[in-house]
Amino acid sequence: MIVYKHSVSLDPAKCKGCTTCLRRCPTQAIRIRNGKACINPSLCIDCGECIRHCPYKAKRAIFDEWDSLDHSKYLIALPAPSLFGQFANLDDTDYLLQGLIDLGFNEVFEVAKAAEMVTDYTRTYMHRMGMSHAPFISTACPVVVRLISLRFPTLRNKMVPISPPIELAGKLAKERALKNHPELTPDDIRTVFISPCPAKVSWVKNTPADKECYVDYIVSMSDIYFRVLSKMDRAKIPGVTSQSGMIGMSWSSSGGEASALMNDHYLAADGIENIIRVLDDIEMGHFPDLKFVEMNACPGGCVGGVMAVENPYIARVRIRALQRYMPVAQNHVILNEDEPIPKEVLTVEPGEYSSAEILDADRMRSFRMMSEIERIKNLLPGMDCGSCGAPTCRAHAEDVVRGESKLDDCVIRMREHLRELERDDGK
Amino acid sequence: MMSDALHFHYDVDGNNFTSAGEASVQIKRMLRQMGYHPDLIRRISVAMYEGEINMVIHAKGGDADVYVEPDCITVILKDVGPGIKDVNLAMQEGYSTAPDNIRSLGFGAGMGLPNMKRYSDELKIDSVVGVGTTIEMKFRSA
Repeated sequence: MIVYKHSVSLDPAKCKGCTTCLRRCPTQAIRIRNGKACINPSLCIDCGECIRHCPYKAKRAIFDEWDSLDHSKYLIALPAPSLFGQFANLDDTDYLLQGLIDLGFNEVFEVAKAAEMVTDYTRTYMHRMGMSHAPFISTACPVVVRLISLRFPTLRNKMVPISPPIELAGKLAKERALKNHPELTPDDIRTVFISPCPAKVSWVKNTPADKECYVDYIVSMSDIYFRVLSKMDRAKIPGVTSQSGMIGMSWSSSGGEASALMNDHYLAADGIENIIRVLDDIEMGHFPDLKFVEMNACPGGCVGGVMAVENPYIARVRIRALQRYMPVAQNHVILNEDEPIPKEVLTVEPGEYSSAEILDADRMRSFRMMSEIERIKNLLPGMDCGSCGAPTCRAHAEDVVRGESKLDDCVIRMREHLRELERDDGK
Repeated sequence: MMSDALHFHYDVDGNNFTSAGEASVQIKRMLRQMGYHPDLIRRISVAMYEGEINMVIHAKGGDADVYVEPDCITVILKDVGPGIKDVNLAMQEGYSTAPDNIRSLGFGAGMGLPNMKRYSDELKIDSVVGVGTTIEMKFRSA
């Protein structure tokens, strides 16, 4: 069995055991045990909601730190399109690209450039599969991919099997560097993705063993933001020129990827609760005419990532302003009718589905457990207060039946017991 | 017959269009927890959702009862709505009595009952005009 590696960690010294993350977790993967938040790795989808909402900053995303990178290597920055919306007075993306060079990167390869190619591949894939296979679901957001894999098994074959832009960007960046610098060997080069979210970290960490990963480091957007800010110089004419256009940049916020496909029967949802709702609706056959579905776990899309610095709505407006002076697209992939989509652009087929939520592998046992869960749920107050350490009374009932907690961990029940004792004493 | 079955009851709120489907979503999760095959779960959730929507559109809501046995899931949808005048006609794809304001929302395509029949292994309709409709669907686990 493959163990899924996550990118959210807890600082136990800071965790107060409050119930904020418990309630915010969309997959009920968190429990408070012994006064600290614990994440169930088989249910966590790395959405980062717990990091976003933790009032004590006890939840952290695991990133590579700028200082910990091997600076003796040939470093290629892979800036996410959302990075360009973080800066207040940026009127030309080239200033930021030059800033990254001045910070110490040897080269920059915009992820937006690869995104434009992914758009073309996706359009080709949809055309070849035919609309009877619709809706096609975007696989750019790793949270969505994991959510579907765990909870929406019948939609797994609807996911577009094209590598996400960061993967393609890493690959092309390395190829370009090797071509332009014959003195370099593949081991001399390291690609560094500048990410708005921890989910991308998990995605890289969980690259299947038989597949090469082209992203070597992932640094957080906020880490790079403060460093590059002091390097950007408006008085200096940038020596680097952007190689992406409006389409690539539009991937930074919700709806961008979908609208670039030139198909009006699409849906673009953002925010984890909203996308779960949309997936449920799709699974129930609610949207029969839908052709393409873009979903981003973060509110507003990637600009809403937890490691972004700026408010997502402001970042989106800034990116729109930047796009105004860009060509529609600078990258095109045109395949001949009989030319297959290159294998290295395709993702690995999902493995055999197994339910992460299953009570017991034996049907009769899980059946009896469900019956017991229902019985216990009815003994609980239904307040969903979280004091027992589970997000809802029902989740507590499940934990009791799984043997992970005790019925009387419920403080409301305990209070009633105490009152009964007091009454008995008074007699 | 279903004395050993797990029983789940849901009120389908007739005043709230967006609440239709909530029972279906909850049942889906429980069936996943009990390890039923994803295709079976999908069939049940589609059919049940169609039923819920029908109750909201035509009957101002109703009751949804789900009985889960290890090898068979029974969904009973009961309303006290207007009843179905001609069941055979209602079973035809594309036939709909939904009012225009409902159709303008994208519902009322006349696929409700046909889909319920398609996705269930057994469908029983018991409807009396002016009294109400009870629909019983059975889904067998292979």
